[in-house]
Amino acid sequence: MSPSSQMQPGPEPAVKKSLLVVEHLTMRFGGLIAINDISFVAADREITAIIGPNGAGKTTVFNCLTGFYEPTIGRLTLNHPQRGRFMLERMEGHLIPAQAGVARTFQNIRLFGAMSVLENLIVAQHNTLMRASGFSFAGLIGLPRYSRAEARAVERARYWLDRVNLTARADDPAASLPYGDQRRLEIARAMCIEPALLCLDEPAAGLNPRESADLNRLLLDIRNEHGIGLLLIEHDMTVVMGISDHIVVLDYGRLIADGTPEEIRSNPAVVRAYLGEEEDEDLPEEVAHDIDVKREDD
Amino acid sequence: MATASAPKPPAFDLAAALKEAGLTAFVMLALAAGIVAFHIVDVPGGLAIETRFGTAIAVAALGFFGRLGVILLRTARPLPVLVVALAAAAVWIAALLAESLFGPDWAARLQMTLPFDDVVVNWIVALTALGFALRALWMLRNAGASAEEIVDRDAAMDSVAARVARSSRYIGPVLLVAAVVFPLLIFMPETAWLPSVDRRLLDIGILVVTYIMLGWGLNIVVGLAGLLDLGYVAFYAVGAYSYALLATHFNLGFWICLPFAGMMAAMAGMLLGFPVLRLRGDYLAIVTLGFGEMIRVVLLNWYKFTNGPDGISGIPRPTFFGLPFSRTADDGGETFYSFFGLPYSPTDRVIFLYYVILALALLTNLFTLRIRKLPVGRAWEALREDEIACRSLGINPRNTKLTAFSIGAMFAGFAGSFFATRQGFISPESFTFIESAVILAIVVLGGFGSQIGIVLAAILLIGLPEFFRELQQYRMLAFGAAMVLIMLWRPRGLLAFREPTIRLHHGVSPPAQTVAAARPDEVA
Ligand SMILES: Nc1ncnc2c1ncn2[C@@H]1O[C@H](COP(=O)(O)OP(=O)(O)OP(=O)(O)O)[C@@H](O)[C@H]1O
Ligand SMILES: [Mg+2]
Repeated sequence: MSPSSQMQPGPEPAVKKSLLVVEHLTMRFGGLIAINDISFVAADREITAIIGPNGAGKTTVFNCLTGFYEPTIGRLTLNHPQRGRFMLERMEGHLIPAQAGVARTFQNIRLFGAMSVLENLIVAQHNTLMRASGFSFAGLIGLPRYSRAEARAVERARYWLDRVNLTARADDPAASLPYGDQRRLEIARAMCIEPALLCLDEPAAGLNPRESADLNRLLLDIRNEHGIGLLLIEHDMTVVMGISDHIVVLDYGRLIADGTPEEIRSNPAVVRAYLGEEEDEDLPEEVAHDIDVKREDD
Repeated sequence: MATASAPKPPAFDLAAALKEAGLTAFVMLALAAGIVAFHIVDVPGGLAIETRFGTAIAVAALGFFGRLGVILLRTARPLPVLVVALAAAAVWIAALLAESLFGPDWAARLQMTLPFDDVVVNWIVALTALGFALRALWMLRNAGASAEEIVDRDAAMDSVAARVARSSRYIGPVLLVAAVVFPLLIFMPETAWLPSVDRRLLDIGILVVTYIMLGWGLNIVVGLAGLLDLGYVAFYAVGAYSYALLATHFNLGFWICLPFAGMMAAMAGMLLGFPVLRLRGDYLAIVTLGFGEMIRVVLLNWYKFTNGPDGISGIPRPTFFGLPFSRTADDGGETFYSFFGLPYSPTDRVIFLYYVILALALLTNLFTLRIRKLPVGRAWEALREDEIACRSLGINPRNTKLTAFSIGAMFAGFAGSFFATRQGFISPESFTFIESAVILAIVVLGGFGSQIGIVLAAILLIGLPEFFRELQQYRMLAFGAAMVLIMLWRPRGLLAFREPTIRLHHGVSPPAQTVAAARPDEVA
């Protein structure tokens, strides 16, 4: 399916319902400016990709969004029709997923390795279960209210296990899964908090082509069926060009391009960022290929 | 023989091996020169230095041969090790038993071969040689075993741990019945087939169960929440002093004070929790260690309140629903004996104490088993696995840590008030760092998070040394050696095994291969 079919023609991004508004985001680490005054908008029910060479500051954007870093300057607003409006940069880290519904995965997978696959998904529903169990006291004395809530949590976990094809491994320790399965489990776990915005940090890294194609389908399904916004950091251009509705390009902490996949493909600044003075061998294969094609076009 | 079929052993470089062994011998000699060779003895009219060069040289020689043996075993050459070690072990053991086996003549001659003067040290050396021989023999029989052996052994122990965990449904009740019946054996007439139980055994039982309870309590903090707490004894002390002070100042009974003592300890846990929230691992361990010492120093110096180093005495004993276990009640009321019309016996009070601590320990266990299946317990374990992931899922790490700290502390507080009521006297002496270390050793040894492992470890570390009190000075040595061996042999603890707290597939879990085989089709 053509990703651009989802887009509205013409330069009117304001018409789209914006889910996340990033304004003048700047992050300094001592003398190093990891992100330098970037602004962009991610729309609801769209996949927004953030791309850029290594060290461009992509993960840092995620860390600011999810409360791991406090931005030096900038405003991060989440607008959700039901949940309301949140100033993410002012919220405490754990409240961002709990209240604003911003879920994320990590570039280097962070699962609860010794716990079973199912337990990983149950832990993700911690806040719901805490309320249902009267902060665990009701559960301690065995009130049925908690068992019902737990059964519902298991149902949701089972749904996501089915979606990511991990039902058979539900009772195995998460650390015993192969790499690709761990990546999918992390996505399932993030979805179990019922997010409004799902942030994925290089979900296709280390996947083989078939797993990568499965992942594309999963992400499109999440967008279409669950109606949430996705923010996607990815180096794999087949994934980025294949599924994103909107692409933001960073280079050395600056925003150098922002537009539809077609616009990005033909943007000279992007080509320069990826080529720079470097050798082509340094680039991921797909990127290099993509850009070679591009260069011939020029 | 068997070696012929074995894969080619790693190359053996004699010169390098001798050099390594020589280096070991040199280090041992250097150490021994300082520690062993000169001995200060009392002589009439003052002190004198006695030289023991022979002993120092024996130490170095043993170091040399021991290292050579290790190198030979490492390079898969067990035969020479077997011959030499077996011969040495045989001669030494014969020498040690010579007195009773062969009579004095032979004994004198054989004892010449013993490297040291001290019988126990000689036994340790002889048994170590025997250990080398057995290891070499084992290698000969299983020729071809390689470096993967350690991994295999760990996996084998894993399956043992898994079996223990699975069968804990049966082992648990059996142990429980044994624990409940044990003190009653004291009433049994001595028979051949029942172990005889006396006061001393009962006291050891109380001690072991106290440490089991402390182990289970600390397991909440260390095993579940993964917070390395080296100052757990502080909460034990807070519990003990809370009870002692409340009881002696306000004349309150044990059962009324128990919840208060637990609450005070839990509050101390919160107090400690707040400043250390941001710390992890080593840093946390150091700060908690400092906190443990702080509490002890405060108890020692706040003379007006805690009576300082003199401690608090006259702490009341627990009563049986208000009936004291004494010959006569002070206020002329009923005693346990007059109420039930039993003859007075001081043992009854000890048995009662045993049941009190058993009940408290079981409460701790029950709590842990239940909380693991509740959101808080799962959040603790998740926090142990990955704090950052927890935060990204909306779990409040601060509150989660605080609950772990304060609930763990509460159980230490309960145990502390039991300690105070059992001893009748407490002083800061009883709450030194070594206590924290022993409790932590129980948790680590048992296998983080394994409830039965903790029981076993407490019996091993507390119960056994009590039986060998005669060997006083070697107890801590054996304790240390056991810890080192277990850390080498099985760093995750004896019975480390984790059963999921909830399962999707009930009944028998499908074997791993089947699952693996089934997967590709599912994905397709
Ligand atoms: N906590 C930190 N302290 C100091 N510097 C940091 C920190 N986090 C990130 N940086 C720096 O910020 C820059 C951007 O890093 P970031 O991880 O965001 O890059 P990235 O775009 O995600 O790269 P990659 O594609 O390799 O994941 C890098 O130069 C990095 O060294
Ligand atoms: Mg990154």
